[in-house]
Amino acid sequence: MAASGPGASSRIVRWIDYRLPFVGFIQHELYEYPTPRNLTYWWNFGSLAGIMLVVMIATGIVLAMHYTPHADLAFDSVERIMRDVNYGWLLRYLHANGASMFFLIVYIHMFRGLYYGSYKYPRELLWMLGVVILLLMMATAFIGYVLPWGQMSYWAATVITNLFSAIPVIGDKIVALLWGGFTVGNPTLNRFYSLHYLLPFVIVAVVGLHLVALHTHGSNNPLGIDHKGPQDSIPFHPYYTIKDMFGLAVFLIVYAAFVFYAPNYLSHPDNYIPANSMVTPNHIVPEWYFLPYYAILRSVPDKLLGVILMFSAVLILFIVPWLDTSPVRSARFRPIYKWVSWLLPIDAVILGWVGANPPVGNVVLIGQLATFYYFAHFLVLIPLIGKLERPRPLPLSIGAAVLGSSAGRAGSH
Amino acid sequence: MADVAQSQVSPGHGDGESRRDFLILTAAALGAVGAASTIWPFIDSLNPARDTLALATTEVDLTPIASGQRLTVAWRGKPVFIDRRTPAEIKAAQEVDVSALRDPQKDSDRVKPGKAEWLVIVGVCTHLGCIPLGQKTGDDRGEFGGWFCPCHGSVYDTSGRRREGPAPTNLEVPPYEFTSDTAIKIG
Repeated sequence: MAASGPGASSRIVRWIDYRLPFVGFIQHELYEYPTPRNLTYWWNFGSLAGIMLVVMIATGIVLAMHYTPHADLAFDSVERIMRDVNYGWLLRYLHANGASMFFLIVYIHMFRGLYYGSYKYPRELLWMLGVVILLLMMATAFIGYVLPWGQMSYWAATVITNLFSAIPVIGDKIVALLWGGFTVGNPTLNRFYSLHYLLPFVIVAVVGLHLVALHTHGSNNPLGIDHKGPQDSIPFHPYYTIKDMFGLAVFLIVYAAFVFYAPNYLSHPDNYIPANSMVTPNHIVPEWYFLPYYAILRSVPDKLLGVILMFSAVLILFIVPWLDTSPVRSARFRPIYKWVSWLLPIDAVILGWVGANPPVGNVVLIGQLATFYYFAHFLVLIPLIGKLERPRPLPLSIGAAVLGSSAGRAGSH
Repeated sequence: MADVAQSQVSPGHGDGESRRDFLILTAAALGAVGAASTIWPFIDSLNPARDTLALATTEVDLTPIASGQRLTVAWRGKPVFIDRRTPAEIKAAQEVDVSALRDPQKDSDRVKPGKAEWLVIVGVCTHLGCIPLGQKTGDDRGEFGGWFCPCHGSVYDTSGRRREGPAPTNLEVPPYEFTSDTAIKIG
């Protein structure tokens, strides 16, 4: 819009841009931004995650205007949002289901990165910033789940904060510090509310760094090879804005289906019972997006080791760029990893199933095997496959692969 | 958005441009409707909620109020002054030269017919929202025996009409009705 012909508005834009290059920045990073011409729909999930972050903050800010962070009032204030506040039900269901959608998108986004080697040189920091965002999301989601102050909220807070009691010697002191008391109580709720408002904006900041890192070397692509010339890329706008918008429309159908037709499908009925510090619900499970980690925690009979393993399951992602020994990014050209990479999401689904079921009989054994595989995938398979497999030859350039060999030659000089 | 898209229309396509214009206009219109209907729940949620609206009426039993006594009740979070006026106060209110007032209003227009004894007004100064003095015994009622706003010195008479000071209008008479001879419902 800024560059459209002469006129008063463009003079004003130029005046501003000379002093604060905002429009030029947008122009450069969102319009002209050269993007690989071969991105598939797997590349939609980054922008979808960004949009979900905005949706969560927008609904969250309005919900915060109606919510009361006090142990005696929180539950009723959420019920008031559901019954009395205009469209409160819609805002809350958008927020609660939005958390699930956000995780779904981010997990797909991460799998895309693992499959196409998006974490490899020179995008290691881009990947690591993504893991930081995931950790912040997990903290924010857990803390947010506590705020309605239902039974699941209360006991989730109790269980998760008690994880820190596994730390030798100072564990109990740390837990008391987290609680601000002898149990989860009003001080806990107050600080959780404060943090739940803070952390999303920390996520926004890290997403900003994530984007700076992304735009430094540009997006990876399904072929996993670098840009070699202008024939390899197309401007972000309109090609990828329209592709992202189409993907967004499809995603919104799924999101809206949950919000309007199954708003409580992903949550637990017990959370509509006010928090009671004297009674634990019969069957405690976390939200679906935490089930695999929960399964890992339960698979280990030792308290400290279970906690360590659970945190390691996320932290191990930080070192994936150095665990992978293959020089080839995209699994398209890696005959073994192409198949093995799918075992990780399958394993995660199995772990999720294990986490959702009571730990008796075969569930425990399956959980232990799946936990073993999860770590073996990263620590054994990924390094080993990189050394053993013989990658297929890479195309000369993105243009060559997409347009045929003539364009590839034209771009190779 | 329209100008960006248009600049990409290559010349020479006879009806391509009108087709593109049509698509852009309909897409933009649909987008605007979508954006507006998305934003509306956010804005509407800030309006008074249903439980707030449910507190919109207040019923008051008048039997305990003696002649010359003033009572304050809460209505929608605001004080409402109920004044059982003495014959002298009613007379003073009725004899005022209405044309000399900033907000000309007869006393009979500010009370229910046949109920001149009862003055019901919203106790919020029409200047900047302070609560005028005069409800408690010993309060400064101002020069005209009505109410006196301590914030900026507005003076109201025994009909709650602005007589002096910066207030632009008389104290508001809320909508109310007598449900019996000794009870009213405000709102």
